[in-house]
Amino acid sequence: MMSQDDANRQAYLEEARELLSDLEASLLELEQTPDDTDLVHKIFRALHTIKGSGAMFGFDDVAAFTHDVETVFDRIRNGLLAVNSRILDLSLRACDHIRNLIESETELDSETVAAGRELLEGFRAFSGEEAAEAPAPAAAPAPVAEKRDHFRIFRIRLHPHHDILATGNNPLNLLADLAELGELFLSVHVEEVEGLADIDPEACLVWWDCTLRTKSGRGEITDVFLFVEDECELVIDLLDDGAVPDSQAVHRRLGEILVERGDLTQEDLDAALASQPRLGEILTKQGLVDQSRVDAALAVQHASKDAAHPAVEHHADKASSIRVAADKLDELVDQVGELVIVQAQIKQAVEERGDPLLRSLAEHLERLSDSLRDSTLSIRMLPIGATFAKFRRLVRDLAAELGKEIDLVTRGEETELDKTVIERLGDPLVHLLRNSIDHGIEHPDERLAAGKPERGVITLAAAHSGGEVVITVSDDGAGLDTDAIRAKAESRGLVAPGIELSAKELNHLIFLPGFSTSEKVTNISGRGVGMDVVKRAIDALRGSVEIDSERGRGSTIAVRLPLTLAIIDGLQIQVGTEYYVVPLALVEECVELSHNGNDGDSRLINMRGEIVPCLRLRDIFAIEGQAPAIEPVVVVKVEGARLGIAVDRVVGEHQTVIKSLGRLYRDVEEFSGATIRGDGAMALILDIPALARRAAEQGN
Amino acid sequence: MAEAATHNENQYLTFTLDRESFALDITSVREVLELVNITRVPRTPDFIRGVINLRGRAVPVVDLKREFGLGETTPTVNTCIIIVEVALDGEDTVLGALADSVQEVYEMDASQIEPPPRMGTPIKNEFIRGMGKTGEQCIIILEAGKVFTSVEMAGLGHGVVEAGPETTEA
Repeated sequence: MMSQDDANRQAYLEEARELLSDLEASLLELEQTPDDTDLVHKIFRALHTIKGSGAMFGFDDVAAFTHDVETVFDRIRNGLLAVNSRILDLSLRACDHIRNLIESETELDSETVAAGRELLEGFRAFSGEEAAEAPAPAAAPAPVAEKRDHFRIFRIRLHPHHDILATGNNPLNLLADLAELGELFLSVHVEEVEGLADIDPEACLVWWDCTLRTKSGRGEITDVFLFVEDECELVIDLLDDGAVPDSQAVHRRLGEILVERGDLTQEDLDAALASQPRLGEILTKQGLVDQSRVDAALAVQHASKDAAHPAVEHHADKASSIRVAADKLDELVDQVGELVIVQAQIKQAVEERGDPLLRSLAEHLERLSDSLRDSTLSIRMLPIGATFAKFRRLVRDLAAELGKEIDLVTRGEETELDKTVIERLGDPLVHLLRNSIDHGIEHPDERLAAGKPERGVITLAAAHSGGEVVITVSDDGAGLDTDAIRAKAESRGLVAPGIELSAKELNHLIFLPGFSTSEKVTNISGRGVGMDVVKRAIDALRGSVEIDSERGRGSTIAVRLPLTLAIIDGLQIQVGTEYYVVPLALVEECVELSHNGNDGDSRLINMRGEIVPCLRLRDIFAIEGQAPAIEPVVVVKVEGARLGIAVDRVVGEHQTVIKSLGRLYRDVEEFSGATIRGDGAMALILDIPALARRAAEQGN
Repeated sequence: MAEAATHNENQYLTFTLDRESFALDITSVREVLELVNITRVPRTPDFIRGVINLRGRAVPVVDLKREFGLGETTPTVNTCIIIVEVALDGEDTVLGALADSVQEVYEMDASQIEPPPRMGTPIKNEFIRGMGKTGEQCIIILEAGKVFTSVEMAGLGHGVVEAGPETTEA
């Protein structure tokens, strides 16, 4: 059993990992929108928590390191320092460093220590008292640097949630802390207080509007509420400050106060505000900022407004999720699988008996167990967005390293996949991205020469389609060089010269082991190790991968995956006395073939004009007995091509709970597992791509 | 079955392959089943008969006679499947073994067990832990760890061995 210490450390590690990945995402966002103060605050809070919790759980080196980074961001949030690319660079590397610190179980090696020191030196340049770089256009100009002597007025609305007292936080203490920062004027709201008979003494039903006159910065005010952010609604507005950017906000707030007091009507206020030119217009007119930047900033403002508003909903979202150990989930899925099997057995037995009462109960049971199956499997489903977000960093760093300009566009982040599938998909996707960045997208000058925009675009998209998830990685780069592929293939004897191959088939050759057409091997790719590993990883997930590429235009790689690993819909078939299952997602249709004395593993059938190769399971598996006169053929689609599988009988659809065959059968390719039939016997699940490969090998 | 003694050391489950008596240390034996349908897995070595459904798990079943080169097991009313659990490569694995019949649990202490003779045994010496003597009977005590590891190593890793047409189990 884990000691309490270990359990605490584990809890801290999990929290820290999450914080670090949020931190990284925020930093990347900040790079795009350097003026977003909400992001700066978010980053500061994350650093603050990592530092504080780190100190609490004995991660002193983490705490010490993070402190210096936090100092820099403190200056940024107080307006003393502007965000610049050097700081962002250092910060992203600091994220990596902190990650190293928390993950390393042993003493740090000298390299890590040196890296840490170098980063701190970098940060120290920004944590001094000098006013560093010139502030970005929209940041507060010089007057704010004298903030120490300058009084400012903030309006603070503190509306605690009713259960705040239960969390051990007393709003009165918060107000006392606030009062220490300057002159505090309170206005208490008692609208929510119920009559004495109904009042809940443990609930906090009052809230406050405060006006604080202080020399402190916004940061110090936010600090007071640092630990109760989730327990209340908090609005902090700067009411009185000379700086131009806030003036609009100030006016609105003043206006609000006046309307509240009845000194001004809402209509008059709105009219007065409308007559005032908007800040964005002022700036563009003066040529300080160009329109597109203003538009981008406006978009951020709207987004943060929307985010700020449903603060309660957001709180509810956080409260309604719960961490569960992965193995508990696995056990649950196992048990649901067992239930599904027994339910299938009951169904079969009931059909045989024909009792109407039993039959209706069995139907009800089937509906319930189907629904339970779906719910349980969906628990393991996570949105792929988190994985996509991780890639932003990768693309940014790699593009910078190679001197290329690349934008990463993502779509379908909310598409959900099984947790295990997502984990196992990480590395293959990374490799595909690396390929796109390294070999796909060209250097900016090459692109301009080719008439393309300087910045390349890599699109990462995920979508549900049928019973599958399709993930595409596409770039608008150079595309696959089919001539080079062909030359390489011929030189390795994979393709005889003169044989006609379609572009698609040529492109597919890159999935063969050891295949690479790059002349030079970089440490990123080109060793010819990657693509076949990618394919194998995807095969292991019972998925498939296709490439579509056009020379000069770009490439698209599509990965198709089944939605779940544990329970799939299958088509049960019979050959001789043996039963097998074909994953239903791969099945296109069933046709019939009459036995015309043509022996051998491979045959060709004519399906509406298309020639489709056909395998006879009876022959491949050497099953005794006679084939029936008319053999049903199950037509499947594997890797973009059709294949027919001749069997004795198609039994029907079967909810297939996948049972592993165990280590003894680890290397048997044709079967991806077994399942239990209604009568308790086992049926083997066919691995169609492997079967196709095997048949192709034998045929040649 | 004979009554089990109170402790498990020195206890062996005896069974027959053909007329020859063998025994397995009871600590590796989980249970004994009647012969059930064995689902053939094509393209695997022929001494692996296939898999059975053991309370929801797929358990492979080995035909020891084929492995030892003693012919093959033809099903009779006495045929059983002995379910063993052995450590293969550090991992605990559950397997089944076909037996023509299962006898009883004998207690044999060290004094009754002799090392296997150099020659003359029907199976390879590395599979034999010792020869047990009970009365006039000579029982070959199998070394489960060795017997089933060899199952794993016997070309199963490549699954390329062609299985000839076989009769499926009744």
